[in-house]
Amino acid sequence: MPLGDLLTLTTLFLAVVLVTPVLGHYIWLAMEGEPTPLRPALRPVERLVYRVSGVDETSEMSWKGYTVAVLVMAGVAILAGYAMLRLQDVLPLNQGGIPAMSPDLAFNTSVSFETNTNWQNYSGEAGATYLIQTGMLAVRNFTSAATGLAVAIALFRGLTRRSAKTIGNYWVDLTRGVLYVLLPISVVGAVVLVWQGVPQTWDPTRAVTTLQGAVQNIAIGPVASQEWIKELGNNGGGFFNANSSHPFENPTPLTNWLEMLALLAVPFALTFTFGRYAGSQRQGWTIFAAMMLVLGVGAVFAMHLEAAGNPLFPAGVDQTVLGNMEGKEARFGAGVGGLFMAVTTGTSTGAVNSWHDSAQPLSGLVPLFNMELGEVTPGGIGAGMYGMLIIGAILAVFIAGLMVGRTPEYLGKKVEAYEIKMAMLTTLVLGASILGFTALATATDPGLAGPLNRGPHGFSEILYAYSSQTGNNGSAFAGLSGDTPFYNITGALAMLIGRYGMIVPILALAGSMAAKRRVAPSLGTFPTTGALWVVLLIGVIVIVGALTFFPALALGPISEQLLQNAGKTF
Amino acid sequence: MRSFLRHVLLPAVMLLVVLTLITGAAYPALVTAVAQIAFNRQANGSMVIVNGQAVGSSLIGQAFSDPKYFWGRPSAAGRDGYDAGDSGGTNLGPTSAQLIANVTAAVEAAQKANGGGPVPVDLVTSSASGLDPDISPAAAEYQVARVAAARGITRDAVRAAVARHTEQPLLGFLGEPRVNVLELNLDLDGLLSPGAGTPGASG
Repeated sequence: MPLGDLLTLTTLFLAVVLVTPVLGHYIWLAMEGEPTPLRPALRPVERLVYRVSGVDETSEMSWKGYTVAVLVMAGVAILAGYAMLRLQDVLPLNQGGIPAMSPDLAFNTSVSFETNTNWQNYSGEAGATYLIQTGMLAVRNFTSAATGLAVAIALFRGLTRRSAKTIGNYWVDLTRGVLYVLLPISVVGAVVLVWQGVPQTWDPTRAVTTLQGAVQNIAIGPVASQEWIKELGNNGGGFFNANSSHPFENPTPLTNWLEMLALLAVPFALTFTFGRYAGSQRQGWTIFAAMMLVLGVGAVFAMHLEAAGNPLFPAGVDQTVLGNMEGKEARFGAGVGGLFMAVTTGTSTGAVNSWHDSAQPLSGLVPLFNMELGEVTPGGIGAGMYGMLIIGAILAVFIAGLMVGRTPEYLGKKVEAYEIKMAMLTTLVLGASILGFTALATATDPGLAGPLNRGPHGFSEILYAYSSQTGNNGSAFAGLSGDTPFYNITGALAMLIGRYGMIVPILALAGSMAAKRRVAPSLGTFPTTGALWVVLLIGVIVIVGALTFFPALALGPISEQLLQNAGKTF
Repeated sequence: MRSFLRHVLLPAVMLLVVLTLITGAAYPALVTAVAQIAFNRQANGSMVIVNGQAVGSSLIGQAFSDPKYFWGRPSAAGRDGYDAGDSGGTNLGPTSAQLIANVTAAVEAAQKANGGGPVPVDLVTSSASGLDPDISPAAAEYQVARVAAARGITRDAVRAAVARHTEQPLLGFLGEPRVNVLELNLDLDGLLSPGAGTPGASG
């Protein structure tokens, strides 16, 4: 790997290590209403929000109450978003005759942003008005991220409270996540992006006459404010079609590095927040280590393969220095394209600074695998942490308990049949949605009409689409033509299943764990910290992912690699 | 039922409204105000102004085919490339016959125009945005002889212009060395006004 790529990776991961305790501690303070430097300024706003909304911030909810609140909020937001998308042509701030979205596209898009997926079957600059971008899509970027955060905090409370009936108040958790965590960081981040060249204006598309006398219509807009929360909230939906490869979304290598840090910051910080709730930072750092190792291995793998270039290119091409530049930007380079690919799918972001569809076969396997692990390395805001605690921790204590004959316990709470059922439900839902919808698409004409590429790569495009939407990631093998009723509707269902098929069992598990008494650790307790636990955690995540998805991956990227080795094109 | 309306539906609707006002109106308005005052040029698209007219954005590539200009990367944005209202790439996969055919044709064209030799890969592959404003220093060097001949100036004079618009990686490692094609061509035409450099440039 070139030295520059290696240093980019190292400084990024080092920055994440430094940010984690600071931000993780701050999130705990903010979510529990403890004093912070920003509290004096924002507390009056918070109280006003509760007063207007009729929220009693002192009352807590049972897990059922919390679940109902999350689902009703989602329903309201999806309906409201759908209405706005259907009416965007007549609503104000339509910068250039942009038409309303079709019913199926509006359904897909509204679900997509509410579920923190940000899958886009529309083209940002041509298909969404400024009102939609700022007043609907960016709002969902805040609220869906804060909802993920809220559910994770509710689970932390459930795992660490003793004999408790409640796990928090969703309205309060949502409001605090937006006001204290996401908003202040976004104001600063967005201004930094503007300094580097990201536009922030309400002016419409600007027409210029180029040096060769052609007319070039340059789309601009309120980009920076949306760009930052899109990364920080692990949303990923681009203001422009080209997403974070567009020079107006990501103009310099510095913004590229900062955007990668933004999308890693909160998911990793939550491991520290968790440690604070658990009363043991070793618990948090152990999970941090497992997440970072899986993410790092995938990143190095993809970076190496992209820097190596495409062996099928003709002999007249010199790709020794630059690597696979198809679908890459000159300022970032191929290797860092591979890094971005890994971190955007290790988190549930889905922003792209290169086209994953044009990546080499096995580097395209990295994002697929990251998403199919359940988006837990480190995963999306909150979603990664609750996925890790369920898929990793709860299942791992169970499996470890079976192997060595010890009582399955986590944080001093017995893990019993009900918890294992809920945990298994989440992993089965994930596999059933990804594989089921992929199978459906490959067996029907409207599904087969989607792929741009032929051969195994065409299959990978379909598999990627449902992995991404079920995993609430939002990146794509974007050659797939997704704006059809078939893909809009099946994709929206995959996103709903992937989001609420996780959240409901997780809140149920939080409620059942909260009600339990804490038992003192005994000789029969398996320690859930330290290197051995890291290995076990990774083992369980990877084995669950590999066993479920290996056959599908063999049909896609792995056979494509073998055929590429044989010099075959399609 | 009344309890549901009052304690669940009402808070959901009202919170969505209030949070929309905060994150969808106040937040972008605040960022816009700061951006327009503190970083006016960048906030409005980093336009390059020549004789009072915008000729492009220093962050957005444009199509060049005249031999006297340096050419940028192949573009899949819009029907004819470099459509700054329709960004995007080819999305062709690594084993796509179409991709290999595109690259092969681009290699032949580049070699014919520039006098042979292995072509730097960025000159024959489509960028991700379709609006890539940069090429690698190798890709610029590859075109120096053609541009010098078309303009009737020495290669060294062209190389000096290339050097003026080559940006090195930030801190020596962040990003790739790169040449801004529009600014380089403006410089060769003698149209570059002072202070029109890339915003945030630090190299």
